[in-house]
Amino acid sequence: MKYVFLICDDEKVSPTMEEIAADPAHQAYAAAADPRGAGLGGARLRPVADATTVRVRDGETLVSDGPFAETKDFIGGIDIVECADLDEAIALAARHPYASWGCVEVRPVWE
Amino acid sequence: MTAPEDVRAAVDAAYRDEWGQVVATLIGLTGDWDLAEDCVQDAFAAALATWARDGIPARPGAWLTTTARHRATDRLRRVTTGAAALRQLAVLARDPIAREDRAEIPDERLRLIFTCCHPALPFPARVALTLRTLTGLSTGEIAKAFLTAEPTMAQRLVRAKRKIVEAGIPYRVPPAELLPQRLTAVLAVLYLIFNEGYDEEDGRRALAAEGIHLARTLVRLMPTEPEARGLLALMLLLEARRANRTYDGVLVTLENQDRSQWDRALIAEGVATLDEALAVRRSGPYQVQAAIAACHATAPDAAATDWPQIAALYAALTRLAPSPVVDLNRAVAIAMADGIPAGLAIVDELAESGKLDGYYLLPATRADLLRRDGRRAEAATSYEEALELAPTDAERRYLTGRLSEL
Repeated sequence: MKYVFLICDDEKVSPTMEEIAADPAHQAYAAAADPRGAGLGGARLRPVADATTVRVRDGETLVSDGPFAETKDFIGGIDIVECADLDEAIALAARHPYASWGCVEVRPVWE
Repeated sequence: MTAPEDVRAAVDAAYRDEWGQVVATLIGLTGDWDLAEDCVQDAFAAALATWARDGIPARPGAWLTTTARHRATDRLRRVTTGAAALRQLAVLARDPIAREDRAEIPDERLRLIFTCCHPALPFPARVALTLRTLTGLSTGEIAKAFLTAEPTMAQRLVRAKRKIVEAGIPYRVPPAELLPQRLTAVLAVLYLIFNEGYDEEDGRRALAAEGIHLARTLVRLMPTEPEARGLLALMLLLEARRANRTYDGVLVTLENQDRSQWDRALIAEGVATLDEALAVRRSGPYQVQAAIAACHATAPDAAATDWPQIAALYAALTRLAPSPVVDLNRAVAIAMADGIPAGLAIVDELAESGKLDGYYLLPATRADLLRRDGRRAEAATSYEEALELAPTDAERRYLTGRLSEL
């Protein structure tokens, strides 16, 4: 079985990547998760303030600031892609079939 | 030595005319919005001292750009750790605009405007960022104009700048396929800035002037774009009749305004600007709104207003940019052109739809049409309804006056 972990918090604390790497609790988790392939498809996301949501309705791409907020929608999948800039990411997100009835939230990865 | 008042005047003029362009160039060179703003601020401070000693340069904008570039280079040298700083330094050293005697500095403000108004930024942040980077209003001034605490406004600007960097919003004029949509977003920001200052006195009035200034800049930068001209024309025509929209704290309707007080020069410029836009033959909502404003501004008196033309323009606007507020205005035009009952029918339809619930101009418009039709009791009920909802004292005083006249 493969599982996706969706890691959630309220952003009250926002440690740097270096602080996370030095944190024993994170190190212990990584030690348990890495043998199970965690390093392969994981990513830390930038804060929700950096989110952009893309919808396509009647063939028109609608861009809004912030995360998706429709409570009837749930996360149904994830893709990690490499794009030159946000406009390219928006254009690609708009081509995802689900953008036409749901939405695609675009979140930069913390690198 | 140059006289201190001459230096002060030259620096003030440069601040007004060159700030946005110098900031835009520095952001283009360094990719660092905070560094750019700080270095431009430093350059203006240096101008006060240097211009007093050496005289005012022939091209202040070029002098300020060069000085700000040198500041940026100095600052980056001090923090040479990090690949990003080294890259920025390399760009600053390589760029060909190093000499201030160069005839043409490319105007990068268009890139700056489109980046500030990117739809991935929250709307209030687009407005604040446009004012801060393009007009040079301080964070404190922007906070005051939007009745927001300064730390809140500062936070809004910080978040927006961070998102531009972290989310990868490109610093560019969007390509052709994105341009229409993105231009609409830019025009909306400029129109909001103008409107925020339109009705107000004192501090917030400055926003109307900034809105016009930004629209003029946009027209210069996009001379073939008719909607930019349409927006400028609309602002000029509204500004022309602003002075006597209220009298003694009471709202004065268009019908009762003293037209001799309207600014004829602004009306002439607004009409000429609109004509230039229409000549491109690519219509849009701002051009239509400007055409409606021009009908009012050029009518010699209220009775001579070309209501059939205005009704036709509102019908066109409904097609281009449908909204219940446009329908309400169309209802008034139809009432004046085709008779009160035709207009009232549209108002009643709107009321039934519930789309304008809570909007004071719905009952106020209904009251006005009923009054014109001699239905005084019904008019009184609608005026009272409008009074409950009216947002400002000037509007409440006007409605109270109407009610007592019935």
